Amino acid sequence: MSTLTLGRGRVPAKYLPVLVTGCLFVAMFAAGGIRYEGFASGQVVLNVFIDNAFLLVVAIGLTFVILTGGIDLSVGSVVALSTMIAAALMEGPGWPPYLVIPLVLAVGSGLGLVMGYVVHAFDIQPFIVTLAGMFLARGLCYTIGTDSIPIADPAFTVFAQTRIDLFADLWISPSVVIAVVVVLVAAYVLHYTRFGRTVYAAGGNEQSALLMGLPVGRTKIAVYTISGFCSALGGLLLSFYMLSGYGLHAVGMELDAIAAVVIGGTLLTGGSGFLLGTVLGVLVLGLIQTIISFEGTLLSWWTKIFIGMLLFVFIVLQRLFSGGSRR
Amino acid sequence: MRRLVWPAAVLVLLLALNVFFTPSFLSIQVRDGHLYGSLIDILRFGAPLILVAIGMTLVIATGGIDLSVGSVVAISGALACLQISQDAGLFTAVALALGLCLLLGAWNGFLVAGIGIQPIIATLILMVAGRGLAQLITGGQIITVNSPAYKMIGGGYWLTVPFGIVIVAVVLAVTAFLTRRLALGMLIESVGGNAEASRLAGIRSRGIIVMVYAFAALCAGVAGLMISSNVSSADGNNAGLWIELDAILAVVIGGTSLAGGRFSLAGTVLGALIIQTLTTTIYSIGVPPETTLLFKALVVAAVCLIQSPSFREKVFHRRRRAVAPAPATDEKVRVTT
Amino acid sequence: MGEAAAVLTMKGICKRFPGVTALDGVDLRLLPGEVHALMGENGAGKSTLIKVLTGVYPADAGTVELGGATVAFGGPLEAQRAGISTVYQEVNLCANLSVAENILLGREPRRRGRIDWKRMRARAAELLSRLELSLDVSAPLSSCSLAVQQMVAIARAIDVDARVLILDEPTSSLDADEVAQLFRVLRRLKEQGIAILFVSHFLDQVYEISDRMTILRNGRLVGEYPTRELSPVRLVAKMIGQELAALERLHGEHKTFDRPLVEARGVGRAGAVEPFTLTVHEGEVVGLAGLLGSGRTEVARLLFGADHASTGEITVGGTPVSLRTPRAAMNHKIAFCSENRKEDGLIPDLTVRENIILALQATRGWTRPVPREQQDELVSRYVEALKISPPNPEQLVRNLSGGNQQKVVLARWLILAPRLLILDEPTRGIDVGAKAEIQRLVAQLSDGGMAVLFISAELEEVLRLSHKVEVLRDRRLVAELPNDDRLTTDVLMETIASGGRA
Repeated sequence: MSTLTLGRGRVPAKYLPVLVTGCLFVAMFAAGGIRYEGFASGQVVLNVFIDNAFLLVVAIGLTFVILTGGIDLSVGSVVALSTMIAAALMEGPGWPPYLVIPLVLAVGSGLGLVMGYVVHAFDIQPFIVTLAGMFLARGLCYTIGTDSIPIADPAFTVFAQTRIDLFADLWISPSVVIAVVVVLVAAYVLHYTRFGRTVYAAGGNEQSALLMGLPVGRTKIAVYTISGFCSALGGLLLSFYMLSGYGLHAVGMELDAIAAVVIGGTLLTGGSGFLLGTVLGVLVLGLIQTIISFEGTLLSWWTKIFIGMLLFVFIVLQRLFSGGSRR
Repeated sequence: MRRLVWPAAVLVLLLALNVFFTPSFLSIQVRDGHLYGSLIDILRFGAPLILVAIGMTLVIATGGIDLSVGSVVAISGALACLQISQDAGLFTAVALALGLCLLLGAWNGFLVAGIGIQPIIATLILMVAGRGLAQLITGGQIITVNSPAYKMIGGGYWLTVPFGIVIVAVVLAVTAFLTRRLALGMLIESVGGNAEASRLAGIRSRGIIVMVYAFAALCAGVAGLMISSNVSSADGNNAGLWIELDAILAVVIGGTSLAGGRFSLAGTVLGALIIQTLTTTIYSIGVPPETTLLFKALVVAAVCLIQSPSFREKVFHRRRRAVAPAPATDEKVRVTT
Repeated sequence: MGEAAAVLTMKGICKRFPGVTALDGVDLRLLPGEVHALMGENGAGKSTLIKVLTGVYPADAGTVELGGATVAFGGPLEAQRAGISTVYQEVNLCANLSVAENILLGREPRRRGRIDWKRMRARAAELLSRLELSLDVSAPLSSCSLAVQQMVAIARAIDVDARVLILDEPTSSLDADEVAQLFRVLRRLKEQGIAILFVSHFLDQVYEISDRMTILRNGRLVGEYPTRELSPVRLVAKMIGQELAALERLHGEHKTFDRPLVEARGVGRAGAVEPFTLTVHEGEVVGLAGLLGSGRTEVARLLFGADHASTGEITVGGTPVSLRTPRAAMNHKIAFCSENRKEDGLIPDLTVRENIILALQATRGWTRPVPREQQDELVSRYVEALKISPPNPEQLVRNLSGGNQQKVVLARWLILAPRLLILDEPTRGIDVGAKAEIQRLVAQLSDGGMAVLFISAELEEVLRLSHKVEVLRDRRLVAELPNDDRLTTDVLMETIASGGRA
């Protein structure tokens, strides 16, 4: 096992990608702080959380899928569908939020469950199955309506405007609290439950996991269900943030989520990676946007070019590490 | 040829559905010296997708995948329109755009064959960065051009036939010649079927892989020219959006396995036509256009399920219990004596 | 020895796959505290029998009784819960997880639903100590050697209250010391009353460890015998179904070789094989003998350019050449049939014809296809000459039997008319008839002036074919022995064992 000597301690190779992402985040924050007035404040970091809470939740769900060696392209569409269902039900028939929210979560999970079942039972590549899911969810959005539906429900608006004050003038939104809870629960599940370890085993070597008698099929179905659930939850957070439901919300978000997971050091082949990495990946993406907005003269498309460059660097790094440790 | 049966059946079914709702669906007329008719429209509007899917077929046959073609479509159109708007000649504009596409494709190929990165990730880089690049070229604006010569590529006619269809036919013929007349097809299938065995048989698989990605990008580039010429403008943000997914779908519907190996150009063309016909059908039978995607999802699901051996087994021959296939231990499962 | 009641009895097991009957009325019984060897050639049905036993496949007919009760498992997990654990040939573990997890995955110690990592590590270390092994159980499995991974797999298998332990070719990647360690562990497990089903191709190991054996041939039961009462010769005869033909050397008269074709001087590759010097003359068959993992395949791969040599130089016909890729070697008319035809040889989705002309096409490049008439002519000639069956060039090669697949790979190289043909285990896992044909072909080719480098685990085969034998041991070329009357398998074995010149 290759290790890197760092100061006094030795860091096992498996933590290295997360460490690199962490260092990158710190370096970017420091560079931003030196370059821009008012950048180096705690609120800037918290704003990254506030603006990307929904992406974080979605990326967490996606991490489960990618750890098993699968992929879920439907996440962005499910997010949009969730905003749409929530808005349509509350504004049309005037359903109360306590009915709408569970329903939205159930629809997202249900879609994930179906996709997971098809992947597992019929041996169709996850790429294709979730692509069909992506079309389906977007199609359902447009079937509900092609225009943006505003949300005026008092509970939602209150939720959207609430500020949770922390110490020293810092504040976060309730969405951040939800996202953090999701992160903690997911980390616990991955690290401390049999299900979590089976996720890693299935991603490491599915055939072996089967022969070891692990419930690989159930696990695969479960990770897509989790991803569907997280996408629906992400959709709810987005509808708090946007206070509208729209079929064109979160277009291309699956790419951001995949990029966050990869930059966080999770191998797309499965079996290796940490949730903390995904959190850092989302933060790095968010910070890039923050820096570009601070820069002012830099135009928005540089975000995409930067993300592409980062992806390239991280993928080559991963390749070097995994190339060294494999037979 | 047996694997072409299902996609062909689906296409015939879709066409029949159209004829049922619009009896004149199959008629083709000559108006103003141009061919007109629903079938011509399907071919004409489907041309960019067919092009991209042809390139994608070869990439998938090597066991790869190219997610970046949509971005390449945008880049190609953006660069060509930028050149033309700056008074460059048509030839220069097209050559520059296609040259850049070849370069981008070779970059993908280098990442896959040279550095050994998984294709889906390697091309994800260009998929993300490429959109930014396209917007960088257009300066975030939609560049409109007014060049009759450029308009010809996507909107013109040649001997009554829409020029786009001619381009597709030429590219298809050239590809079929390279792969089936010459030995490229067999070498691609060999690399996709077993990369290490191919290397040990003396095949320069790296060269082949780079070539295939470059070819896919070139096809995407031509499609990009076609799309931007059709509307006489380049939109870095939306041109070719999601075309990579449609192209992959077309390839899969056409019976080429995402795992690589055997490929079928005819199947891919059928697949692309199914996708395009579907869109047309939705308009012609009066389903609201909003549900296009919904229908697409259903057809994709149906075609993929029908092609999945384990689905057929489960549905058509109900067995007591599903037997987990064990491909990794194939050696031990196989019991020929 | 008084016979205890069998812990496991299989009776009249039948299993059919589309087009082939894999098992036909096979019986097997395992007694507690006994090592039972399951013997048979490749394709005899050993693996299928194990898969039926562990529930990977349902049996078409027959019964399985465990401890007197009839059972039918739905999968390896159910079998494991009932006390039947399996360790497969390729280590079936997850290299990305830690040693401790690999041992205890699926039955981790938990406290209130939460995995108790501390207890888990302690338990794993304790299980490994039962196998006289101590290692860092929190290290990832990928950092362990293959032998240790095998031990980890066994530790996993015996953690459940195993009544039956199935070892499917556990020793194929272990060296002598590791085998000895494994056998110590097996003897201890035997004392604990566990019934062990042992599958191996190494006869001496079977005789060392097993008490009883069941022999299969072509999916049928040949019989069950106490090991002591069955001599190796009779065992082999029962496995292959015919008495061994008397061995004759295929090369009658002595030839002199004075025209060196390929000379390797100090060629080596760090971590693979130490620098060696080797000369192959025109028309000469050079045998490479040595145990698995002694560097035989590595020598072959260096001479073919499949791996880069880190030191030394190679000359072909007197001129120094650089063999950096297989293509470079092919340009010098060197051909290589690799040991692992599934992974390194065949393209399973292509037809027999395409597989045969692949190398020829590769040398011509994709722009100059081999004309179809020439393809058909070449292919039909070799299908006939090598008796490839079925003789249908458009058959997918994946549907052929092992022996015929080997012939396809051989044909691929023969149409290139190489000057040096490297054959790595060309007769492994194929039936006796095909084996004799391939041996005869090698002799014919060398009589025609082709040089052959012949690698085989079977010393008799090496002796039978070679003009001289190179002996490898521990990744070093230790001896070169002319194949004269004094060279016998005993001498060869001694050289392999001692590492010195006999």
